Amino acid sequence: MAAGANMTRRGLLRDAARGAAVTGLCSAGFFGLVQQSRALAPNFLRPPGALAEADFLAACLRCGLCVRACPYDILKLADFVGAAANGTPYFVARKIPCEMCEDIPCAKACPSGALDHALENIDDARMGVAVITSRETCLNLQGLRCDVCHRVCPLSGKAITLEDRHNARTGKHAIFEPVVHADACTGCGKCEKACVLEEAAIKVLPLALANGKIAAHYRLGWEEKKKAGHELVPGIGGLPVRRPEGAP
Amino acid sequence: MTFERIPGVAATARRGWFAAHKFLLLRRLSQLGFLALFLTGPWFGLWIAKGTLASSLTLNVLPLTDPLVALQSLLARHVPEARMLTGAAIVLIAYLLLGGRTFCSWVCPINPVTDLAGYLRRRFVEGKGLILKPATRYWGLGGVLLASAVTGSIAYEVINPVTTFWRDLVFGGVAGLVMAAMIFLFDLFVAKNGFCGHLCPVGAFYGLIGAKTVLRVSARGRENCDDCLDCFAVCPEPLVIAPALRGKDSPVIRSGACTACGRCADVCSEHIFVYATRFDRRVESPLKTESQNG
Repeated sequence: MAAGANMTRRGLLRDAARGAAVTGLCSAGFFGLVQQSRALAPNFLRPPGALAEADFLAACLRCGLCVRACPYDILKLADFVGAAANGTPYFVARKIPCEMCEDIPCAKACPSGALDHALENIDDARMGVAVITSRETCLNLQGLRCDVCHRVCPLSGKAITLEDRHNARTGKHAIFEPVVHADACTGCGKCEKACVLEEAAIKVLPLALANGKIAAHYRLGWEEKKKAGHELVPGIGGLPVRRPEGAP
Repeated sequence: MTFERIPGVAATARRGWFAAHKFLLLRRLSQLGFLALFLTGPWFGLWIAKGTLASSLTLNVLPLTDPLVALQSLLARHVPEARMLTGAAIVLIAYLLLGGRTFCSWVCPINPVTDLAGYLRRRFVEGKGLILKPATRYWGLGGVLLASAVTGSIAYEVINPVTTFWRDLVFGGVAGLVMAAMIFLFDLFVAKNGFCGHLCPVGAFYGLIGAKTVLRVSARGRENCDDCLDCFAVCPEPLVIAPALRGKDSPVIRSGACTACGRCADVCSEHIFVYATRFDRRVESPLKTESQNG
């Protein structure tokens, strides 16, 4: 540090006050920048095992070792002007989706645990969740047989199923509606990539954007009944019998 | 401050061009060498070091992590994998032995940029420019650490030009190039040694390590000093030289701000400066010079 600084009490106090002001100002500036960097574009998906975004930004060292470990060259590092925090890894499903390697090399390569090493089965990864975002353009929902998202899904039959229902337009055909099951969808993005439309009708969204949440005070009667092992208010289930006067 | 006298000319005349540029050349080789370790992989498929300066893995066994990035992560309340801590500890110990800010002058990719700006400024820019207190960087470092703790996020990596520039060189990208250009212009036209010497929190952090480090530069031959001021002219941290060179005490430059770049040793026609340990109190005069050897 500077030699020969003013070592009087007043000088020290002044320097300390100045220093505190600069520290505060820097800190406030960084605070703003960090807040801005938290905005993650909805089509930017984190690699498998990524912690929730806020925790991820505390953990990710921005070293790119996951990028190097990815055998398919899928992961990229965000640039300053990009739509994710500078230097953090992401992939865009519509460009190249995750291949879901069984040994999860990207997560294993992470030195800090921003990609959770506890993830052992790639089927448990939750990079996002697929959502049919455009029922109006999905070919299957028009009554055609596209089925591509269902067929490319690595967990086909679990993460995406085809539910058949009546086609009211023709009156005689079926509609095979693709339905995503969030409890199985890894968010790999194969469906979004494969969607044959010009703009995909099925998209992988970040969990924070896609997931709903039931309020904590809300109780589902049947769940509570299961938990308690009996009806919570006995006898409430029955309805009064209404039939015409005198009928048996 | 422009000098009529161009630093290094006297040393070149007396000791020859190579001797007067020895450490400068070695530093450029070192900087390129570290970069090459990271580039042989993407360029030729020969993987030596993977990652960036923030964190890397060399030959799939040696983990290294920048201790400042690691510290921010801890302050952001992340519970890390052991590898991050091991890597940070190795780097910390290495720089405690090898001179804290040797990172700045021997590894950091921004150093050639600011060196060039400093060189051009000495030659072509008149006036002192913006005067910043050298201590500003420590308050900036404080700001970075405070922001990490408050936001729960690794704050400085959002704009760290050191790691971003390196990442651009190794992975591609433009942000770091833009930052490097801004720093270059700042150092050239606004403040002398402005960024590295006054603002960079990474340099400030390594400076704190440097306050205790073993490898230092010593003005061992200070009795030969002819007051030409060449060393002060080329030194990116001129404040650090005087106590060692002009003092009566230890000839070792003890300030952590010294980047141990060795430029003072290069440009000195009297061969006063040598690398030494911080415990080395020898003052010898006259030193054998290369010209006497050859």
